[in-house]
Amino acid sequence: MSSPFSFYKSTVGKKIVMAVTGFIGVGYVMGHVCGNLLVFAGPGPLNNYAHLLKVSKAFLWGARSVLIAAVVLHVVAAYQLWRTSAESRPTEYVRWSPVNSTWASRTMRWTGPLLLIFIAFHLFHLTGGQIHPGGAFSEHDVYHNVVTGFRVWWVSVAYIAAMLALSLHMYHGVWSMFQSVGLNHPRYNGFIRHAATVVTIVVVVGFISIPVAVLLRLIS
Amino acid sequence: MNLTLFVWRQEDANAQGRMEKYEAQAITPDMSFLEMLDVVNLGLIAQGRAPIAFEHDCREGICGSCSMMINGVAHGPRPATATCQLHMRHFKDGDTLHIEPWRSKAFPVIKDLVVDRGSFDRIIQAGGYVSVNTGNAPDANAIPVPKVDSELAMDAAACIGCGACVAACPNGSAALFTSAKISHLGLLPQGGPEREIRVLRMVEAMDEEGFGNCTMHRECEAVCPKQISTNFIARMNREFLRASLKHAKT
Ligand code: HEM
Ligand code: FES
Repeated sequence: MSSPFSFYKSTVGKKIVMAVTGFIGVGYVMGHVCGNLLVFAGPGPLNNYAHLLKVSKAFLWGARSVLIAAVVLHVVAAYQLWRTSAESRPTEYVRWSPVNSTWASRTMRWTGPLLLIFIAFHLFHLTGGQIHPGGAFSEHDVYHNVVTGFRVWWVSVAYIAAMLALSLHMYHGVWSMFQSVGLNHPRYNGFIRHAATVVTIVVVVGFISIPVAVLLRLIS
Repeated sequence: MNLTLFVWRQEDANAQGRMEKYEAQAITPDMSFLEMLDVVNLGLIAQGRAPIAFEHDCREGICGSCSMMINGVAHGPRPATATCQLHMRHFKDGDTLHIEPWRSKAFPVIKDLVVDRGSFDRIIQAGGYVSVNTGNAPDANAIPVPKVDSELAMDAAACIGCGACVAACPNGSAALFTSAKISHLGLLPQGGPEREIRVLRMVEAMDEEGFGNCTMHRECEAVCPKQISTNFIARMNREFLRASLKHAKT
Protein backbone atom coordinates (compact mmCIF):
# COMPACT_ATOMS: atom_id res chain seq x y z
CA MET A 1 0.00 0.00 0.00
CA SER A 2 1.26 3.50 -0.75
CA SER A 3 1.47 5.53 2.45
CA PRO A 4 -1.58 7.28 3.84
CA PHE A 5 0.52 10.45 3.64
CA SER A 6 1.04 10.26 -0.12
CA PHE A 7 -2.60 9.27 -0.53
CA TYR A 8 -3.85 12.32 1.31
CA LYS A 9 -1.26 14.56 -0.32
CA SER A 10 -2.87 14.05 -3.73
CA THR A 11 -5.96 15.97 -4.79
CA VAL A 12 -7.67 12.68 -5.69
CA GLY A 13 -6.96 11.25 -2.22
CA LYS A 14 -8.31 14.37 -0.50
CA LYS A 15 -11.44 14.19 -2.60
CA ILE A 16 -11.92 10.55 -1.61
CA VAL A 17 -11.63 11.64 2.04
CA MET A 18 -14.32 14.26 1.35
CA ALA A 19 -16.53 11.66 -0.24
CA VAL A 20 -16.21 9.18 2.64
CA THR A 21 -16.73 11.86 5.31
CA GLY A 22 -19.57 13.33 3.23
CA PHE A 23 -21.10 9.85 3.12
CA ILE A 24 -20.95 9.71 6.92
CA GLY A 25 -22.69 13.10 6.95
CA VAL A 26 -25.40 11.88 4.59
CA GLY A 27 -25.90 8.74 6.67
CA TYR A 28 -26.19 10.92 9.75
CA VAL A 29 -28.75 13.34 8.31
CA MET A 30 -30.83 10.42 7.01
CA GLY A 31 -30.93 8.87 10.49
CA HIS A 32 -31.43 12.24 12.17
CA VAL A 33 -34.45 13.16 10.06
CA CYS A 34 -36.11 9.80 10.79
CA GLY A 35 -35.64 10.32 14.54
CA ASN A 36 -36.77 13.93 14.44
CA LEU A 37 -40.00 13.12 12.65
CA LEU A 38 -41.10 11.38 15.86
CA VAL A 39 -42.04 14.89 16.97
CA PHE A 40 -45.26 14.32 15.01
CA ALA A 41 -46.01 11.32 17.23
CA GLY A 42 -46.06 13.53 20.33
CA PRO A 43 -43.86 14.32 23.34
CA GLY A 44 -43.65 10.72 24.61
CA PRO A 45 -42.13 9.03 21.54
CA LEU A 46 -39.69 11.89 20.80
CA ASN A 47 -38.47 12.19 24.39
CA ASN A 48 -38.11 8.41 24.74
CA TYR A 49 -36.10 8.28 21.53
CA ALA A 50 -33.88 11.16 22.70
CA HIS A 51 -33.39 9.40 26.01
CA LEU A 52 -32.53 6.13 24.25
CA LEU A 53 -29.70 7.82 22.34
CA LYS A 54 -28.11 8.83 25.63
CA VAL A 55 -28.54 5.58 27.56
CA SER A 56 -25.04 4.37 26.72
CA LYS A 57 -22.29 6.92 27.17
CA ALA A 58 -19.99 4.75 25.07
CA PHE A 59 -22.44 4.72 22.16
CA LEU A 60 -23.19 8.43 22.44
CA TRP A 61 -19.57 9.54 22.52
CA GLY A 62 -18.49 6.90 20.01
CA ALA A 63 -20.98 8.26 17.50
CA ARG A 64 -20.14 11.85 18.34
CA SER A 65 -16.41 11.17 17.86
CA VAL A 66 -16.99 9.70 14.41
CA LEU A 67 -19.15 12.68 13.43
CA ILE A 68 -16.71 15.26 14.78
CA ALA A 69 -13.80 13.57 13.02
CA ALA A 70 -15.80 13.40 9.79
CA VAL A 71 -16.74 17.09 9.93
CA VAL A 72 -13.15 18.13 10.71
CA LEU A 73 -11.67 16.03 7.89
CA HIS A 74 -14.39 17.14 5.47
CA VAL A 75 -13.84 20.82 6.19
CA VAL A 76 -10.03 20.65 6.21
CA ALA A 77 -9.92 18.77 2.90
CA ALA A 78 -12.52 21.13 1.40
CA TYR A 79 -10.45 24.13 2.42
CA GLN A 80 -7.20 22.69 1.05
CA LEU A 81 -8.77 21.68 -2.27
CA TRP A 82 -10.46 25.04 -2.57
CA ARG A 83 -7.06 26.76 -2.15
CA THR A 84 -5.44 24.51 -4.75
CA SER A 85 -8.18 25.25 -7.24
CA ALA A 86 -8.21 28.98 -6.54
CA GLU A 87 -4.43 29.19 -6.97
CA SER A 88 -4.56 27.24 -10.23
CA ARG A 89 -6.10 30.20 -12.05
CA PRO A 90 -4.21 33.38 -11.08
CA THR A 91 -5.81 35.38 -13.93
CA GLU A 92 -9.57 35.18 -14.18
CA TYR A 93 -11.41 35.20 -17.49
CA VAL A 94 -12.91 38.48 -18.63
CA ARG A 95 -15.81 36.34 -19.78
CA TRP A 96 -16.71 32.81 -18.69
CA SER A 97 -20.02 31.11 -19.45
CA PRO A 98 -21.18 27.92 -17.74
CA VAL A 99 -22.43 25.12 -19.97
CA ASN A 100 -22.92 22.00 -17.84
CA SER A 101 -22.35 22.99 -14.23
CA THR A 102 -25.33 23.51 -11.96
CA TRP A 103 -26.21 26.14 -9.43
CA ALA A 104 -25.70 23.49 -6.78
CA SER A 105 -22.24 22.52 -8.00
CA ARG A 106 -21.09 26.13 -8.22
CA THR A 107 -22.29 27.00 -4.72
CA MET A 108 -20.76 24.02 -2.84
CA ARG A 109 -18.12 26.34 -1.38
CA TRP A 110 -20.79 28.61 0.06
CA THR A 111 -23.36 26.08 1.16
CA GLY A 112 -20.61 24.09 2.95
CA PRO A 113 -19.44 26.92 5.24
CA LEU A 114 -23.09 27.92 5.79
CA LEU A 115 -23.71 24.40 7.05
CA LEU A 116 -20.71 24.69 9.37
CA ILE A 117 -22.15 27.86 10.92
CA PHE A 118 -25.54 26.19 11.13
CA ILE A 119 -24.11 23.09 12.84
CA ALA A 120 -22.50 25.30 15.51
CA PHE A 121 -25.72 27.24 16.06
CA HIS A 122 -27.80 24.05 16.11
CA LEU A 123 -25.57 22.46 18.79
CA PHE A 124 -25.89 25.52 21.04
CA HIS A 125 -29.61 25.73 20.34
CA LEU A 126 -30.97 22.21 20.76
CA THR A 127 -28.12 20.08 22.10
CA GLY A 128 -26.52 22.34 24.71
CA GLY A 129 -29.27 24.90 25.15
CA GLN A 130 -26.88 27.85 25.64
CA ILE A 131 -28.71 29.79 22.93
CA HIS A 132 -32.40 29.12 23.28
CA PRO A 133 -34.62 32.13 22.85
CA GLY A 134 -38.34 31.53 23.32
CA GLY A 135 -38.31 29.72 26.65
CA ALA A 136 -36.32 27.80 29.21
CA PHE A 137 -34.22 24.91 27.91
CA SER A 138 -34.95 21.57 29.55
CA GLU A 139 -32.29 18.86 29.60
CA HIS A 140 -34.88 16.07 29.40
CA ASP A 141 -37.82 17.52 27.50
CA VAL A 142 -36.62 17.62 23.90
CA TYR A 143 -40.17 18.06 22.63
CA HIS A 144 -40.60 21.19 24.72
CA ASN A 145 -37.27 22.60 23.46
CA VAL A 146 -38.21 22.01 19.84
CA VAL A 147 -41.65 23.57 20.11
CA THR A 148 -40.60 26.63 22.14
CA GLY A 149 -37.47 26.98 20.00
CA PHE A 150 -39.27 27.06 16.68
CA ARG A 151 -42.03 29.36 17.95
CA VAL A 152 -39.42 32.12 17.57
CA TRP A 153 -39.99 33.00 13.94
CA TRP A 154 -36.44 33.99 13.06
CA VAL A 155 -35.06 30.75 14.48
CA SER A 156 -37.40 28.82 12.21
CA VAL A 157 -36.42 30.97 9.25
CA ALA A 158 -32.72 30.32 9.97
CA TYR A 159 -33.32 26.57 10.15
CA ILE A 160 -35.31 26.55 6.92
CA ALA A 161 -32.62 28.60 5.14
CA ALA A 162 -29.93 26.23 6.41
CA MET A 163 -31.93 23.26 5.13
CA LEU A 164 -32.19 24.89 1.71
CA ALA A 165 -28.39 25.19 1.76
CA LEU A 166 -28.26 21.51 2.75
CA SER A 167 -30.49 20.63 -0.18
CA LEU A 168 -28.10 22.31 -2.65
CA HIS A 169 -25.08 20.75 -0.95
CA MET A 170 -26.62 17.29 -1.01
CA TYR A 171 -28.08 17.56 -4.51
CA HIS A 172 -24.57 17.86 -5.89
CA GLY A 173 -22.63 16.09 -3.12
CA VAL A 174 -24.57 12.85 -2.85
CA TRP A 175 -24.12 12.25 -6.57
CA SER A 176 -20.55 13.56 -6.66
CA MET A 177 -19.30 11.35 -3.81
CA PHE A 178 -19.97 8.27 -5.93
CA GLN A 179 -17.81 9.73 -8.72
CA SER A 180 -15.04 10.60 -6.25
CA VAL A 181 -14.62 6.99 -5.16
CA GLY A 182 -15.17 5.70 -8.69
CA LEU A 183 -18.54 4.04 -8.18
CA ASN A 184 -19.56 4.73 -11.75
CA HIS A 185 -21.00 2.27 -14.21
CA PRO A 186 -23.27 2.88 -17.20
CA ARG A 187 -25.79 0.46 -15.75
CA TYR A 188 -26.15 2.34 -12.46
CA ASN A 189 -25.26 5.97 -13.30
CA GLY A 190 -28.85 7.02 -14.00
CA PHE A 191 -30.06 5.33 -10.84
CA ILE A 192 -27.38 7.01 -8.69
CA ARG A 193 -28.30 10.46 -10.03
CA HIS A 194 -32.01 9.92 -9.34
CA ALA A 195 -31.43 8.31 -5.94
CA ALA A 196 -29.27 11.28 -4.88
CA THR A 197 -32.09 13.66 -5.82
CA VAL A 198 -34.75 11.62 -4.03
CA VAL A 199 -32.66 11.24 -0.84
CA THR A 200 -31.98 14.98 -0.84
CA ILE A 201 -35.64 15.90 -1.24
CA VAL A 202 -36.83 13.44 1.41
CA VAL A 203 -34.25 14.57 3.98
CA VAL A 204 -34.74 18.29 3.41
CA VAL A 205 -38.55 18.19 3.26
CA GLY A 206 -38.50 16.06 6.41
CA PHE A 207 -36.37 18.57 8.33
CA ILE A 208 -38.25 21.62 7.08
CA SER A 209 -41.63 20.13 7.97
CA ILE A 210 -40.83 20.50 11.69
CA PRO A 211 -40.37 24.29 12.03
CA VAL A 212 -43.22 24.75 9.54
CA ALA A 213 -45.51 22.55 11.64
CA VAL A 214 -44.58 24.44 14.81
CA LEU A 215 -45.20 27.84 13.20
CA LEU A 216 -48.58 26.64 11.87
CA ARG A 217 -49.39 25.35 15.38
CA LEU A 218 -49.82 21.81 14.04
CA ILE A 219 -47.65 20.66 16.93
CA SER A 220 -47.62 22.43 20.24
CA MET B 1 -20.63 39.42 -42.15
CA ASN B 2 -19.09 42.08 -39.89
CA LEU B 3 -18.16 41.32 -36.31
CA THR B 4 -16.66 43.15 -33.36
CA LEU B 5 -13.86 41.30 -31.59
CA PHE B 6 -12.40 41.82 -28.16
CA VAL B 7 -9.10 39.92 -28.15
CA TRP B 8 -6.54 39.37 -25.39
CA ARG B 9 -3.24 40.93 -26.44
CA GLN B 10 -0.04 40.28 -24.52
CA GLU B 11 3.43 40.86 -26.01
CA ASP B 12 5.20 38.08 -24.12
CA ALA B 13 5.01 35.90 -21.03
CA ASN B 14 5.96 38.72 -18.66
CA ALA B 15 4.02 41.56 -20.25
CA GLN B 16 0.80 42.94 -18.85
CA GLY B 17 -2.01 41.89 -21.19
CA ARG B 18 -5.30 43.60 -22.01
CA MET B 19 -8.41 43.14 -24.16
CA GLU B 20 -8.32 45.07 -27.43
CA LYS B 21 -11.10 45.84 -29.86
CA TYR B 22 -10.98 44.93 -33.55
CA GLU B 23 -13.48 44.98 -36.39
CA ALA B 24 -13.66 41.81 -38.49
CA GLN B 25 -15.04 42.88 -41.86
CA ALA B 26 -16.13 41.03 -45.01
CA ILE B 27 -16.23 37.65 -43.28
CA THR B 28 -18.07 34.90 -45.17
CA PRO B 29 -20.16 32.31 -43.31
CA ASP B 30 -18.17 29.41 -44.74
CA MET B 31 -14.90 30.62 -43.23
CA SER B 32 -13.61 28.76 -40.21
CA PHE B 33 -13.00 30.72 -37.03
CA LEU B 34 -9.25 30.62 -37.65
CA GLU B 35 -9.74 31.85 -41.23
CA MET B 36 -11.73 34.75 -39.80
CA LEU B 37 -8.73 35.56 -37.57
CA ASP B 38 -6.43 35.18 -40.62
CA VAL B 39 -8.47 37.86 -42.38
CA VAL B 40 -8.26 40.15 -39.36
CA ASN B 41 -4.50 39.55 -39.18
CA LEU B 42 -4.02 40.38 -42.88
CA GLY B 43 -5.68 43.70 -42.18
CA LEU B 44 -3.45 44.31 -39.15
CA ILE B 45 -0.30 43.43 -41.09
CA ALA B 46 -1.35 45.77 -43.92
CA GLN B 47 -1.61 48.55 -41.32
CA GLY B 48 1.84 47.67 -39.98
CA ARG B 49 0.43 46.40 -36.68
CA ALA B 50 1.32 43.12 -34.95
CA PRO B 51 -1.00 40.25 -35.95
CA ILE B 52 -2.91 38.37 -33.25
CA ALA B 53 -0.80 35.34 -32.28
CA PHE B 54 -2.78 32.10 -32.03
CA GLU B 55 -1.71 28.49 -32.23
CA HIS B 56 -2.83 26.17 -35.02
CA ASP B 57 -1.49 23.26 -36.98
CA CYS B 58 -3.74 20.68 -38.59
CA ARG B 59 -6.88 22.82 -38.93
CA GLU B 60 -8.83 19.60 -39.13
CA GLY B 61 -9.61 18.99 -35.49
CA ILE B 62 -6.96 16.41 -34.67
CA CYS B 63 -3.85 18.15 -33.36
CA GLY B 64 -5.40 20.04 -30.47
CA SER B 65 -3.40 23.24 -30.84
CA CYS B 66 -6.10 25.79 -31.74
CA SER B 67 -6.85 26.73 -28.15
CA MET B 68 -8.96 29.76 -27.34
CA MET B 69 -11.95 30.81 -25.29
CA ILE B 70 -14.73 32.23 -27.44
CA ASN B 71 -17.38 34.17 -25.52
CA GLY B 72 -16.41 32.40 -22.32
CA VAL B 73 -16.59 28.86 -23.73
CA ALA B 74 -13.54 26.80 -24.67
CA HIS B 75 -13.51 26.25 -28.47
CA GLY B 76 -16.67 28.33 -28.78
CA PRO B 77 -20.36 27.53 -28.80
CA ARG B 78 -20.54 24.30 -30.86
CA PRO B 79 -20.31 20.99 -28.98
CA ALA B 80 -17.67 18.48 -30.11
CA THR B 81 -15.95 21.09 -32.27
CA ALA B 82 -12.39 22.40 -32.09
CA THR B 83 -11.94 26.10 -32.92
CA CYS B 84 -10.46 25.25 -36.34
CA GLN B 85 -13.61 23.28 -37.18
CA LEU B 86 -15.97 25.99 -35.98
CA HIS B 87 -17.49 27.89 -38.87
CA MET B 88 -18.61 31.47 -38.98
CA ARG B 89 -22.11 30.43 -40.09
CA HIS B 90 -22.74 29.66 -36.42
CA PHE B 91 -22.45 33.37 -35.63
CA LYS B 92 -24.62 36.28 -36.71
CA ASP B 93 -23.70 39.42 -38.57
CA GLY B 94 -23.01 42.13 -36.00
CA ASP B 95 -22.05 39.71 -33.19
CA THR B 96 -19.53 40.75 -30.56
CA LEU B 97 -16.99 38.05 -29.68
CA HIS B 98 -14.67 37.87 -26.69
CA ILE B 99 -11.53 35.85 -27.42
CA GLU B 100 -9.17 34.90 -24.60
CA PRO B 101 -6.37 32.40 -24.03
CA TRP B 102 -6.74 29.34 -21.76
CA ARG B 103 -6.35 30.50 -18.17
CA SER B 104 -4.36 28.23 -15.88
CA LYS B 105 -1.22 28.57 -13.79
CA ALA B 106 -0.03 25.41 -15.55
CA PHE B 107 -0.66 26.95 -19.00
CA PRO B 108 1.28 30.23 -18.93
CA VAL B 109 0.52 32.65 -21.75
CA ILE B 110 3.43 32.96 -24.18
CA LYS B 111 1.89 35.60 -26.44
CA ASP B 112 -1.66 36.79 -27.09
CA LEU B 113 -3.75 33.60 -27.35
CA VAL B 114 -0.83 31.15 -27.30
CA VAL B 115 -0.21 29.22 -24.08
CA ASP B 116 2.47 26.72 -23.09
CA ARG B 117 0.89 23.32 -22.56
CA GLY B 118 4.16 21.64 -21.57
CA SER B 119 2.54 20.62 -18.28
CA PHE B 120 0.47 18.07 -20.22
CA ASP B 121 3.65 16.63 -21.72
CA ARG B 122 5.12 16.21 -18.24
CA ILE B 123 1.99 14.36 -17.09
CA ILE B 124 2.41 12.01 -20.07
CA GLN B 125 6.11 11.55 -19.29
CA ALA B 126 5.19 10.50 -15.75
CA GLY B 127 3.29 7.42 -16.93
CA GLY B 128 1.52 7.84 -20.24
CA TYR B 129 3.37 5.03 -21.98
CA VAL B 130 3.66 1.26 -22.09
CA SER B 131 7.01 -0.49 -21.73
CA VAL B 132 7.55 -3.25 -24.29
CA ASN B 133 10.64 -5.23 -25.12
CA THR B 134 11.80 -4.80 -28.66
CA GLY B 135 11.98 -7.78 -31.01
CA ASN B 136 9.72 -9.20 -33.66
CA ALA B 137 6.32 -7.57 -33.93
CA PRO B 138 3.83 -9.86 -32.16
CA ASP B 139 0.94 -11.37 -34.07
CA ALA B 140 -1.78 -8.72 -34.17
CA ASN B 141 -4.51 -10.93 -32.75
CA ALA B 142 -2.43 -12.90 -30.26
CA ILE B 143 -3.80 -10.97 -27.28
CA PRO B 144 -7.59 -11.11 -27.05
CA VAL B 145 -9.19 -7.78 -26.03
CA PRO B 146 -12.86 -7.65 -25.05
CA LYS B 147 -14.85 -5.49 -27.49
CA VAL B 148 -16.24 -3.23 -24.72
CA ASP B 149 -12.74 -2.54 -23.41
CA SER B 150 -11.27 -1.75 -26.79
CA GLU B 151 -14.17 0.60 -27.58
CA LEU B 152 -13.79 2.36 -24.24
CA ALA B 153 -10.01 2.62 -24.63
CA MET B 154 -10.60 4.09 -28.08
CA ASP B 155 -13.04 6.67 -26.66
CA ALA B 156 -10.36 7.75 -24.17
CA ALA B 157 -7.63 7.69 -26.82
CA ALA B 158 -9.59 10.25 -28.85
CA CYS B 159 -8.23 12.94 -26.48
CA ILE B 160 -6.08 15.37 -28.50
CA GLY B 161 -4.62 17.10 -25.43
CA CYS B 162 -5.92 20.52 -26.40
CA GLY B 163 -6.42 21.64 -22.79
CA ALA B 164 -10.01 22.81 -23.22
CA CYS B 165 -10.98 20.70 -20.18
CA VAL B 166 -8.63 22.71 -17.95
CA ALA B 167 -9.64 26.00 -19.55
CA ALA B 168 -13.37 25.37 -19.06
CA CYS B 169 -13.12 23.98 -15.52
CA PRO B 170 -14.06 26.46 -12.78
CA ASN B 171 -11.41 24.69 -10.69
CA GLY B 172 -8.76 24.59 -13.42
CA SER B 173 -8.57 20.81 -13.04
CA ALA B 174 -6.76 18.56 -15.52
CA ALA B 175 -8.71 15.50 -14.39
CA LEU B 176 -10.38 14.85 -17.75
CA PHE B 177 -7.10 14.85 -19.68
CA THR B 178 -5.20 12.79 -17.11
CA SER B 179 -8.03 10.31 -16.68
CA ALA B 180 -8.40 9.84 -20.43
CA LYS B 181 -4.72 8.99 -20.77
CA ILE B 182 -4.77 6.66 -17.75
CA SER B 183 -7.87 4.88 -19.07
CA HIS B 184 -6.71 4.63 -22.64
CA LEU B 185 -3.62 2.66 -21.60
CA GLY B 186 -4.97 0.98 -18.49
CA LEU B 187 -7.96 -0.59 -20.21
CA LEU B 188 -5.82 -2.58 -22.62
CA PRO B 189 -3.80 -5.70 -21.75
CA GLN B 190 -0.61 -4.09 -23.07
CA GLY B 191 -1.00 -1.37 -20.43
CA GLY B 192 -1.70 -3.88 -17.65
CA PRO B 193 1.78 -4.31 -16.12
CA GLU B 194 2.05 -0.61 -15.32
CA ARG B 195 -1.56 -0.11 -14.34
CA GLU B 196 -0.95 0.87 -10.69
CA ILE B 197 2.27 2.80 -11.01
CA ARG B 198 0.85 4.72 -13.96
CA VAL B 199 -2.15 6.14 -12.13
CA LEU B 200 -0.13 6.97 -9.02
CA ARG B 201 2.60 8.75 -10.98
CA MET B 202 0.31 10.58 -13.40
CA VAL B 203 -1.93 11.88 -10.61
CA GLU B 204 1.18 13.01 -8.73
CA ALA B 205 2.51 14.76 -11.84
CA MET B 206 -0.88 16.40 -12.41
CA ASP B 207 -0.84 17.77 -8.86
CA GLU B 208 2.76 18.97 -9.14
CA GLU B 209 1.85 21.13 -12.11
CA GLY B 210 -0.56 23.04 -9.91
CA PHE B 211 -3.85 22.12 -11.58
CA GLY B 212 -7.00 22.47 -9.48
CA ASN B 213 -9.25 19.76 -8.11
CA CYS B 214 -12.22 18.17 -9.86
CA THR B 215 -15.56 18.82 -8.17
CA MET B 216 -17.65 17.30 -10.95
CA HIS B 217 -19.03 20.46 -12.50
CA ARG B 218 -18.73 18.57 -15.80
CA GLU B 219 -17.84 21.72 -17.75
CA CYS B 220 -14.90 19.83 -19.34
CA GLU B 221 -17.12 17.21 -20.92
CA ALA B 222 -19.32 19.93 -22.44
CA VAL B 223 -16.47 21.64 -24.28
CA CYS B 224 -14.25 18.66 -25.14
CA PRO B 225 -13.94 18.55 -28.94
CA LYS B 226 -13.69 14.77 -28.67
CA GLN B 227 -16.57 14.42 -26.17
CA ILE B 228 -14.47 12.55 -23.61
CA SER B 229 -16.83 11.56 -20.80
CA THR B 230 -16.34 12.47 -17.13
CA ASN B 231 -16.95 8.77 -16.47
CA PHE B 232 -13.22 8.48 -17.12
CA ILE B 233 -12.58 10.77 -14.15
CA ALA B 234 -14.55 8.42 -11.92
CA ARG B 235 -12.51 5.57 -13.41
CA MET B 236 -9.27 7.41 -12.58
CA ASN B 237 -10.43 7.94 -9.00
CA ARG B 238 -11.25 4.24 -8.71
CA GLU B 239 -7.91 3.26 -10.22
CA PHE B 240 -6.12 5.63 -7.83
CA LEU B 241 -7.90 4.13 -4.83
CA ARG B 242 -7.17 0.61 -6.01
CA ALA B 243 -3.51 1.37 -6.70
CA SER B 244 -3.10 3.16 -3.36
CA LEU B 245 -4.36 0.09 -1.53
CA LYS B 246 -2.48 -2.40 -3.66
CA HIS B 247 0.78 -0.95 -4.79
CA ALA B 248 3.80 -1.58 -2.56
CA LYS B 249 5.70 1.67 -3.12
CA THR B 250 5.35 4.70 -5.30
C1 HEM C 1 -19.60 21.28 8.06
C2 HEM C 1 -19.77 22.05 7.05
C3 HEM C 1 -19.48 21.61 5.65
C4 HEM C 1 -18.59 22.17 4.80
C5 HEM C 1 -17.70 23.36 5.09
C6 HEM C 1 -18.65 21.43 3.55
C7 HEM C 1 -17.92 21.73 2.42
C8 HEM C 1 -17.91 20.98 1.29
C9 HEM C 1 -17.22 21.31 0.08
C10 HEM C 1 -16.42 22.58 -0.18
C11 HEM C 1 -17.39 20.29 -0.78
C12 HEM C 1 -16.73 20.10 -2.12
C13 HEM C 1 -17.39 20.82 -3.18
C14 HEM C 1 -17.56 20.02 -4.43
O1 HEM C 1 -17.27 18.81 -4.45
O2 HEM C 1 -18.01 20.64 -5.38
C15 HEM C 1 -18.23 19.32 -0.14
C16 HEM C 1 -18.63 18.14 -0.70
C17 HEM C 1 -19.52 17.27 -0.11
N1 HEM C 1 -20.19 17.46 1.09
FE1 HEM C 1 -19.85 18.93 2.37
N2 HEM C 1 -19.55 20.43 3.67
C18 HEM C 1 -20.10 20.51 4.94
C19 HEM C 1 -21.07 19.71 5.48
C20 HEM C 1 -21.60 18.63 4.85
C21 HEM C 1 -22.68 17.85 5.40
C22 HEM C 1 -23.45 18.12 6.70
C23 HEM C 1 -22.88 16.84 4.53
C24 HEM C 1 -23.90 15.74 4.64
C25 HEM C 1 -25.11 15.88 4.28
C26 HEM C 1 -21.94 16.99 3.44
C27 HEM C 1 -21.85 16.18 2.36
C28 HEM C 1 -21.00 16.36 1.30
C29 HEM C 1 -20.83 15.44 0.24
C30 HEM C 1 -21.52 14.10 0.09
C31 HEM C 1 -19.88 16.01 -0.64
C32 HEM C 1 -19.39 15.44 -1.94
C33 HEM C 1 -18.06 14.82 -1.80
C34 HEM C 1 -17.55 14.43 -3.15
O3 HEM C 1 -17.84 15.10 -4.13
O4 HEM C 1 -16.84 13.44 -3.21
N3 HEM C 1 -21.19 18.09 3.66
N4 HEM C 1 -18.53 19.77 1.12
S1 FES D 1 -5.68 23.28 -35.48
FE1 FES D 1 -5.43 21.14 -35.09
S2 FES D 1 -7.18 20.74 -33.84
FE2 FES D 1 -7.53 22.78 -34.46
